[in-house]
This record gives sequence, C-alpha cells and structure tokens, in this order.
Amino acid sequence: MRKHKREFIARRAAREIEDGFYVNLGLGIPALAAKFLPEGVNAVLVSESGVQGFGALPPNHQGDADLINAAKEPVALISGASLFSSVDAYAMIRGGHLDLCILGAFQVDERGNLANWMLPGKMVHGMGGAMDLACGAKRVVVAMEHTTPGKKPKILRNCTLPLTGLAVVHRIITEVAVIDVTLQGLVLREVAAEVSVEDVCRDSEAGLRVDKDLKIIQV
Amino acid sequence: MNKVSPDLQRALADIQDGATIMIGGFGLCGIPENLIQALCDKGVRNLTVISNNAGTEDFGIGLLLRNQQVKKMIASYVGENRTFEELVRNGKLQIELSPQGTLAERIRAGGAGIGGFYTPTGYGTIAAENKETRTWNGRHYVLEMPLRAQFALVKAWRGDALGNLVYRATARNFNPVMATAADVTIAEVEELVETGSLNSDHVDTPGIYVQRILQGSHYEKRLQTKRLRSEREEA
Repeated sequence: MRKHKREFIARRAAREIEDGFYVNLGLGIPALAAKFLPEGVNAVLVSESGVQGFGALPPNHQGDADLINAAKEPVALISGASLFSSVDAYAMIRGGHLDLCILGAFQVDERGNLANWMLPGKMVHGMGGAMDLACGAKRVVVAMEHTTPGKKPKILRNCTLPLTGLAVVHRIITEVAVIDVTLQGLVLREVAAEVSVEDVCRDSEAGLRVDKDLKIIQV
Repeated sequence: MNKVSPDLQRALADIQDGATIMIGGFGLCGIPENLIQALCDKGVRNLTVISNNAGTEDFGIGLLLRNQQVKKMIASYVGENRTFEELVRNGKLQIELSPQGTLAERIRAGGAGIGGFYTPTGYGTIAAENKETRTWNGRHYVLEMPLRAQFALVKAWRGDALGNLVYRATARNFNPVMATAADVTIAEVEELVETGSLNSDHVDTPGIYVQRILQGSHYEKRLQTKRLRSEREEA
C-alpha cells in the first residue's frame, strides 16, 4: 500500500520534468521519479556527487565504486555524460543552473518554507546538499506523502521543524493533491480521483484555496 | 623536481597532535585509503578533520574516529556511522556542520585567498545562526568564512613526480579543491606515471598545489550502497 502510494507520487512528480531539463532528484520518492519520465522527454539527471547524465546500472552489473550518485549508489553513465568536482557541482546548484529540483520533505508551510533535514530527538546527521538545492534550483518541487505515518499534517501554516530553506518551495505533490505555493498562499490545483477536496483540506493544516480550474491528478 | 615520498610514514612525518587536516572523498568514494590508514597507524590525536562525510564505522574516516584521534569534524553530512553518533553523544567529538555547497566554497575560498563570501544557502536556518547577513536586490545572503588546513590528504587516479593529478569519475569530488587549501597537500594515486606522460590539457590539479605524492596500494574502493534504491524498492 505504502509502496503504491510512493510510486503514485513519483509518477506525478515525473510529469514535472520537461524535455531538455537539467534535474536533480533527492533521495527517496524523488529518486523514484527517474523511472517514470514521460515518453519523449529527454532530461539530464545531475547529481551533486559530480556527474550529469547518468542512469541505473544494467541488471547484474556490479558497478564502479568511483562512479556514484548522491545516495552513494553506483550508477551508469549515459552517452554524453560529464564528470566534475564538488565545487563545480555546487556552482551549478547555487548558480541557478538547475531547471528543477525535486525533494522530499518532513514539512512545508504556506509561505513555501521547507523542513527536510532534522527531526527533534534524533541524532543530527547534517543537511548535506539540501540547503544548497532548496535555495539554488530555478524550481523546487516537493514530492512527499501528504501526512506523517501517524496521520499528522505535513502541510502547515508554519513549519515547526528546523528549516532547510525560507520560501523556496514552488509546488507540493502528494498522493492526494498537487498544491502550488503562491503569494496569496497555497492553491490546490489537482486532487486524486478517489479523494474529495474536503479530505485534502482536512489533512492539511494550512488553508488551501481551490483553483477554479481544479483537475484530477493524471499519472 | 621530485615530490615522490619514499613511503606513507615519511609522507605524514610532520603531522602532529592537534593538526587540522582536510581529507578528500564523498562518502567512501575517492577517499585516500592508504593515507587514512597510515594516519591511524601514526596515532596522532586531537585532530580537526575537514571532510564532507565521516566514513563508515569500519572504513575511511570512521577508522580515525574509532581510534579517538579526532577532536572536531567539519562536515556536511555524518549519517551512516554509529561510532560517530556515540562519540558526539558522549561529548568526545565536536561537530561543525556546513551545507555541502558552502563547505566546498569555503574550501575554495581558502585556497584562492578569498576572505569570506555571501551565499543565499542556509539563510533563515540554523546554518546562518550568529552569522552576518546582507540583502541585495531583495535576496538575502549569509556571510561564510574560508577554510584552510595545515594538511590536505587527497586521492587521485594518476599523478606524476611533479604533483600533477588526474581524477576519475565521481572519485574527484572534494579532492581537487582540498588540494588548493592546505599548507601541505599530500596526494596518493593509483598510478604514479612518468613525468610528461599525462596529457597537460587534462590535468585536473596542477602540481603547484601538491607538495608530496606517492602511489597507494591494495585499494578496496568499498561501495557504501550496493544498488540503486529505486531498484531495491521495486524488488
């Protein structure tokens, strides 16, 4: 069930990727989106490990320990790939060269503030590249489950967890909704077929304005 | 000119207790395996280590942590290492976290003689606490300071006696920038080649940055994560 939910989110998130885009996909659900690129869309995956133009290893391929993605998994280069240092990787990220970054999140709020790196009571592991990606990409889309495993809202009036970035999120994609962050607050653009607007609003703490052109999520 | 060190011990001879050392690598990818092991054998303590990550419990910088040789780490992500967590919890290890791009840029600034720089990364977060901020054209920036070290331990694929280095794939990562930001840069390479045989157009780190070089051996090149997570989820 959870797997199905995550895959649905990843499929919808993949539709954010346009032909010719340079894209960074975060760990978890965002990384899954790479499998569901719409037909005819040629995008280049970029990783802060220092590679652009990579994909999954062919089956039964051991991998090369010198060639990994940001999750430290071995990957394969695709034709036309290039390799670069951490300084260059972050010049791309911080200099606004990425068309799109899809990230996971613990919380997002109505101003587009993002919390995705630190949970209270848990050992702090560090922000890695999350703060750079959240600040630097031209467009930041969050792909996450709509509520916590304990059914608490993750779309809030104000994030309560330590922030990754201030006013950085453009769009939120969950298993039930696609929501845009606008200057007037959050706007519900799409809902899942079997879900009502009331359900989505009940499971979100932040107020949602419903787009008058509200659509059903297509994956 | 010949910068080749006769052996690992002599390459690290002047590293003393309390030294500040940069160590290249992204996770376990592109780490100077031989130099880290030699630093463990040498047993110097109270080190400040600047590295993107902290290795795993039984490999990479994790070996130095397990030996309790490290007093402080400056890093961007230190998960995947229980020894690390224990040391921090018991107050035996200090940690300074820097966003990864800020860490890279701080090292670049250190190597390029830049006194500090303003970046939007981390504005409004814990990463900006107690730091000066400025606003230009409506965008907010955080002042970050350069990082330098007494020693940089880096790993390259090939190198020559003049210290020219060539890296391979994503094993490049922090190695080239760290080579620029230390008083003494010590490079280990998989292949020490004859001077003049590297294509000058393809040298990543020019020899000026490197003081000592030696050929490593017995590379394990451990993979931290075996397969793409997305494939495992599918399985």
